[in-house]
Amino acid sequence: MHTPLRHGLTGLLALCLCGAASAQALTSQEKALHVLNRLAYGPRPGDVAAVERMGVQRYIDAQLDPDHIPFPADLQARLDGLPTYNLSAPQLYIQYGPPSFPANTATPEEKNAARQRAAKEITPASHLARLWMATESPRQLQEVMTEFWFNHFNVFEGKEWVRYWNADYEKNAIRPNALGNFRQLLGAVAHHPAMLYYLDNWLSSGTNTPQAKGRFKGLNENYARELMELHTLGVNGGYSQADVISLARILSGWTIAVREMKDDTDDATFIFRPGRHDTGDKQFLGRVIPRGGQQEGEVALDMLARHPATARFISTKLVQYFVSDQPDPELVNQLSQRFLATNGDIKSVLRVLFDSPQFWARKNYQTQFKTPYQYVISSLRATATPVVNDKPVSGVLNQFGMPLYGWLTPEGYKYSEEAWLNPDALLRRINFVNGLSNGKSPIARPEGTQPSPDAAAVDPVQLIQTLSPMLSQNDVTTISSSPANLQVGLILGSPAFMKR
Amino acid sequence: MNRRDFIRYMGIAGGSAIVIPIGLSGCAVAPVGKPSAATSSSGNAPLAYGTPKQRAHANGDGTPRMVVVFLRGAVDGLNVVVPHGDREYYQARSSIAVARPGQNNGAIDLTGYFGLHPSLRPLMPYWESGQLAFVHASGSPDGSRSHFEAQDYMETGTPGQHNTRDGWMNRLQGQLPRSDSPVQALTLGESTPRILSGRQVVANMPTGRDAARQTLIDQPKVNQAYGAMYADNDALGKAYRDGIAARKELMAEMSSNEQRMANNGAPLPNGLSIDTARLGRLMRGDPKIRLGFLAVGGWDTHANQGNGAGQLANRLAPLATGLATLAQELGPAFNDTVIVVVSEFGRTFRENGNGGTDHGHGNVMWLLGGNVRGHTIYGQWPGLNKAELNEGRDLAITTDFRAVMSTLAEKHMRIPDSAMQQIFPQYTTGMQHVSNILV
Repeated sequence: MHTPLRHGLTGLLALCLCGAASAQALTSQEKALHVLNRLAYGPRPGDVAAVERMGVQRYIDAQLDPDHIPFPADLQARLDGLPTYNLSAPQLYIQYGPPSFPANTATPEEKNAARQRAAKEITPASHLARLWMATESPRQLQEVMTEFWFNHFNVFEGKEWVRYWNADYEKNAIRPNALGNFRQLLGAVAHHPAMLYYLDNWLSSGTNTPQAKGRFKGLNENYARELMELHTLGVNGGYSQADVISLARILSGWTIAVREMKDDTDDATFIFRPGRHDTGDKQFLGRVIPRGGQQEGEVALDMLARHPATARFISTKLVQYFVSDQPDPELVNQLSQRFLATNGDIKSVLRVLFDSPQFWARKNYQTQFKTPYQYVISSLRATATPVVNDKPVSGVLNQFGMPLYGWLTPEGYKYSEEAWLNPDALLRRINFVNGLSNGKSPIARPEGTQPSPDAAAVDPVQLIQTLSPMLSQNDVTTISSSPANLQVGLILGSPAFMKR
Repeated sequence: MNRRDFIRYMGIAGGSAIVIPIGLSGCAVAPVGKPSAATSSSGNAPLAYGTPKQRAHANGDGTPRMVVVFLRGAVDGLNVVVPHGDREYYQARSSIAVARPGQNNGAIDLTGYFGLHPSLRPLMPYWESGQLAFVHASGSPDGSRSHFEAQDYMETGTPGQHNTRDGWMNRLQGQLPRSDSPVQALTLGESTPRILSGRQVVANMPTGRDAARQTLIDQPKVNQAYGAMYADNDALGKAYRDGIAARKELMAEMSSNEQRMANNGAPLPNGLSIDTARLGRLMRGDPKIRLGFLAVGGWDTHANQGNGAGQLANRLAPLATGLATLAQELGPAFNDTVIVVVSEFGRTFRENGNGGTDHGHGNVMWLLGGNVRGHTIYGQWPGLNKAELNEGRDLAITTDFRAVMSTLAEKHMRIPDSAMQQIFPQYTTGMQHVSNILV
């Protein structure tokens, strides 16, 4: 049988002198693949060669400085064309939130329709924006870190009002700070209505304060607890239940400017309401917090951002994401020290990581099992499948158990093999990528349209080149002796492509 | 009831309980004053829980199985098992109450005080034979009114704890005798729900009419090609081979079953019943399948809920048929199986301005199985007076859902008492009110 691969096979085997010697340093081609797998969502056609040409060090430097990477005008134009993506948080609330709901006299059908508009209009736009950025943005590390921090500061789009704002949260609180300063990131999150709503701090009022009534009647500890447990110190970070209560009291009155948004959409969405703030004395993490209204919360965020437990917790998560499920304590230490020395400069911390021997060790090369999101995005990139319709992508992420913006609890997704590797997951991935091979995927065309008759199938020879040196010789032999229409699916469904 | 729980229960009930021996192995604890609570001056019918059917344990193949049916969206338990003996129920629900037994679209009387929604008539044979019971005023003690949060708590089995990653059914699976079967636990549909997430391998059963149809990976040529790449004995290789083995087993079982059905000339059932029929046949044919899970949505009836007829009725009818189909198709394995129906919370006692109900608290759990000690309502009815309602608006909870699940885990699935803390950590109240739900 003549298969496309057989023709190109001799040349490909030369490209694929794959790592037999386990202790050897990575080759320059392997290094290029490695940074594309870890700092980006895998190679697109031509990427490995391009990175090899420019040198991995220069690639890393460029990725750490995203503002100097030109942003494609075509991608910008498509983002600008998304109707809800460029609305401000107050505009989103007014146009889609309760102010837009019909009067009580409306029929239940009218009320339901009003409530469902956000899911019909905002959600597809926010998913498209994320998927375009992940698959196409040349500022790949910024996208990787945007996903990382969104997950670290997770909000769930299915919790009522969060749906209005999760795209704005990502766009204006997370992405601009993804490679910036941790304290600024923490502050942007703490003031954003998506987080205020998701973890209920907007409802929280100091006990017996003048404006503590109705649904705002009591202290809510939800955000205060997760702020320490998940966002900063970590569960064993040395705080007590008394600290949780203190922090909740400190943050009482931090809320969403619901009334103000209705009056003036240019205004901020955050407001501090002194009438709901607990003005009593507070001890927090062994310190007396001077009475200072909103400033108390800023002081608490400063303390948390500078805390050694926070440095350790964040460093551990970064090493797990970029190096190995089993973080090397020595590397975690180095990152923590840089974190503390630079007051949480994320770029500097990542530089330590990318300079470390652990990052480049062969035992950590091609070893991390991709999360469903990494797997889906990397297969779209490798096959250069454009995301025209977000629904099939969102659907498959749902199926794989990692819905986009859909993790309902605040700890976010795990990035470990243990969390994602199971028999059913592998078979689903295999079925999914086989749908990408013939160029007729519903992802690449508008909803409800037929595939174009001249849609070109993905060329397996080119795909192997794109991913080289990922596949083993054994894989290439198996693939080339299989029927032509299965080859792309076999490449993307191979054990090698499951990992990064 | 084991000794520990008996003592624990007595400790809680204090001096206000009497012990009534029931049948051969069990005893019920009836707090004094429980029946009198209902014979108040309001003209209500006397509170009555029904009398369990006296019968002997029915033998199956001896391998215990359990199926959890999750009604996502919070079903209105007060219209499922209807307190038709309570006048306040009718006052609070002027347009959506299920009418009294004997009236048009009225409840089917169960105990003289409680009745069943008329759409659930297909389940009545199981009530009559003593294989159907309910636990009323049950649920998760956490006060959340958020669907997502409450479902999550009920699935992780740790109400109030945000960060439990795995589900209690997966932890339960981990306590079953070791099995090399890749299909020890089966969930219907494509994604793995939180309740079954965790370390143990869980298989997904395809749903719908085309479920038994071959996909690409089922073609021998295809799975052989992948098999060659996944030949290594590493984690990926093992996972791949487990996946193919599970798929082959399910596909073979499904296609032979469907073949058999076709031969008998029986038509394929519709909707939910397609899937429950398949699940029942799989579990009957393969005793290695110990746990099953399916979720049914569409219960969030904020508007136009209807009463004995209408929106809720139209959703309950196929559910009843689906459950009855499951029971039938389990065949002799019905005696080895307990089917539990749960929902994240109940709905408000009073109807709202749109002919619906909002997010509430207490609900009813359903128990169906060959050895469920049925024909009775378990739990402790808290009453519907304003003072008795949770926050003045919802049915209160007097039985923690974990009491029911612990009882089933320990007494039915035979999980050792010592392992229960791993399945429901922090839960210490044992089998309160429900130690006696099995024959």
